[in-house]
Amino acid sequence: MNHLPLIIKREYLTKVKNKSFIVMTFLSPLIMIALIAVVAYLSQLNNDKQRTISVLDETGYLKGVFQDTDNTSYTNLNGLNLDDAIALVKEKEDYGLLYVSHADSIDAVSDNVRFYSQESPSLTIISVLERKIEKRLREMKLQKDGVTLDQIEASKTSINITQESFDGEKSSKIDNVVKLAFGGIAGYLLFMFIIIYGNMIMRSVIEEKTSRIIEVIISSVKPIQLMMGKIIGTSLAGVTQFIIWTILGGVLMFVVSLIFGIDMGQIQTPQQEMMNQAMQAEGAQAIAENLIIAISNLPILNLVIAFVFFFIGGYLLYSSLYAAIGAAVDNETDTQQFMLPILMPLILAVYVGVFTVIEDPHGTVSTVFSFIPFTSPVVMLMRIPFGVPLWQQGLSLLLLIGAFVLAVWFAAKIYRVGILMYGKKPTYKEIFKWLKY
Amino acid sequence: MNDLLVADSVSKNFGNFRALNKVSIAVPKGSIFGLLGPNGAGKTTLIRIINQITMPDEGTVLLDGQKLKPEHIRDIGYLPEERGLYKSMKVGEQCLYLAQLKGLSKSEAKSRLKYWFDKLEIGDWWNKKIQELSKGQAQKIQFVVTVLHKPKLLIFDEPFSGFDPINANLIKDEILQLRDEGATVIFSTHRMESVEELCDHIALIHKSNKVLDGKLNDIKREYKTNTFEVGLESLNKEKVLSEIQNTFEVLPATFRNLNDDIKLNVKIEDNTSPNDLLSFLTSKAEVHHFVEVIPSANDIFIQTVKNN
Repeated sequence: MNHLPLIIKREYLTKVKNKSFIVMTFLSPLIMIALIAVVAYLSQLNNDKQRTISVLDETGYLKGVFQDTDNTSYTNLNGLNLDDAIALVKEKEDYGLLYVSHADSIDAVSDNVRFYSQESPSLTIISVLERKIEKRLREMKLQKDGVTLDQIEASKTSINITQESFDGEKSSKIDNVVKLAFGGIAGYLLFMFIIIYGNMIMRSVIEEKTSRIIEVIISSVKPIQLMMGKIIGTSLAGVTQFIIWTILGGVLMFVVSLIFGIDMGQIQTPQQEMMNQAMQAEGAQAIAENLIIAISNLPILNLVIAFVFFFIGGYLLYSSLYAAIGAAVDNETDTQQFMLPILMPLILAVYVGVFTVIEDPHGTVSTVFSFIPFTSPVVMLMRIPFGVPLWQQGLSLLLLIGAFVLAVWFAAKIYRVGILMYGKKPTYKEIFKWLKY
Repeated sequence: MNDLLVADSVSKNFGNFRALNKVSIAVPKGSIFGLLGPNGAGKTTLIRIINQITMPDEGTVLLDGQKLKPEHIRDIGYLPEERGLYKSMKVGEQCLYLAQLKGLSKSEAKSRLKYWFDKLEIGDWWNKKIQELSKGQAQKIQFVVTVLHKPKLLIFDEPFSGFDPINANLIKDEILQLRDEGATVIFSTHRMESVEELCDHIALIHKSNKVLDGKLNDIKREYKTNTFEVGLESLNKEKVLSEIQNTFEVLPATFRNLNDDIKLNVKIEDNTSPNDLLSFLTSKAEVHHFVEVIPSANDIFIQTVKNN
């Protein structure tokens, strides 16, 4: 008798009809959007605030270096002595005072620059000031050696290396960014999905134990059917929730930006401001074009198929372990000791993905971790945009499926024994014994 | 084949612990079979083996002459001791789900549920959640779910726990009616008075072994000690008493009654008939009470467990 569809249906409907699930599904995007809107609004407020920095330059070298920008204006306090200048800055409630004391030569200036302020100044501002001064001093030194300003200007070059694979595929820096983004999103999505819905499966197993219905159910169905039904039903509920989140989030984002006129793309921090300036040099037009080319350069078909398979494989692998944990314990507080061995490889996968795949997508570390079943879904999904040979993907998937089958066998054993065990908190040793029952 | 269920030297180990040691039982068709034993004796393990929840390490179980197989799940209705329902699910939905798991079609399940809900007068619970019901009410639902698919074999583990006396009686009558309609019942309980009332056969499991098995009446006959409760009235109390003590083995009385002068338990030899005792007594005093001591299921239980 195959009861799987019946169990899946019940699990799905129970999850979807659950009040807190419904509330979460519709409230989360609202909360997220509200948060983003608030952050956007606040950062706009912050950007509108004007900073005034006073400059006291006793050397005279830095004349004309500090030009007012949208957020920062500079006041020249030349002629005052330091104490007066500090008193004045305090009184005006300026952001701070940049003080360059008298120096005999250009070389000596570098040790003579100080910044006085009420609170410790932001890192960005200090580095902006440093760069401005460095640039001026370098120019002055060059000029001393007989190089003219025009020559300095003319010596500036900008290089954008065009990358081409042996097969003639062209790519560029932006390609890598796009690849990273795609891989990162895919890997992170899987990570989140496993944690959220794995927990949900675990809770629903525990619920059956605490409500004592489990013995009634498994006198009708095989434990493994019940377990698989739970995993699949809960996953479908999860997919439903994700789809609703995506649609709702998109619509809300659109509506909010229309109503409040807040341009979500323009959430600016000083860092971004600097980046924007750099990008403007290259030309926004060119970047947009590159972006489209980069996306179309991705192995889309491979990516989609691999995403589906690795996502399902990885999710099933982990969720069967979650189900086993749920079966082994009586209540949620007892799950802690068993969670760590599950979370460790998952977190490791994300770290490996973030740190080594970016550095070297085909290096030893990333390659090895993209084969180990517990880390492979996340790491492989991150590697694939950079082009992974099909045999590697196939082998990794095969290993993943093998591990999944093993995990289900293992989980089913624990599940079968664990669901009928009440009262005591099991140890690892005991669970190991259950495997032999 | 007159036995619906036959377990043949069934053993089960959990690690080093032997939960069942070569236990054999035969449950006759149409009987109510009491499966008794102290806590932890192995009853639940045996019941779980019959339900195919756990597999035996050794031995076979036959249902209606066939080795147990997954299809037999439809033929068994099981009310476990550790029982419950999905708390946040509605009564109707839940009953339909559990009935479908037992292989009933949705429409069939619906019409049978209507019958039972009308019979137990619980029709207005259909849209309530289990958590809104009292424990006894939930137990009623659980009972309906157990018997709904008209199984040949019904297994009840402590079916009356959680019921008030009125509802316990109601459920008892339903069990008897199901038996009369042809179902065979395995009944596990610690309440010996309900064993007395319901069971035709009993088996007693103690420390993983079967220690007693048979028809309840046969067992009682076997366990009786030819002891009689005797209540007499006489003006000459001491003399009568000493005369009886000289002729028969006298034990302290185990019964209560009104104002008899002499209350005794008298044990007679195997070759002595009760009539001999009675005529002896009538010649000495006025007999008000004369009953053979029949061991109760409770006595048999305690005695067997103590002796093993």
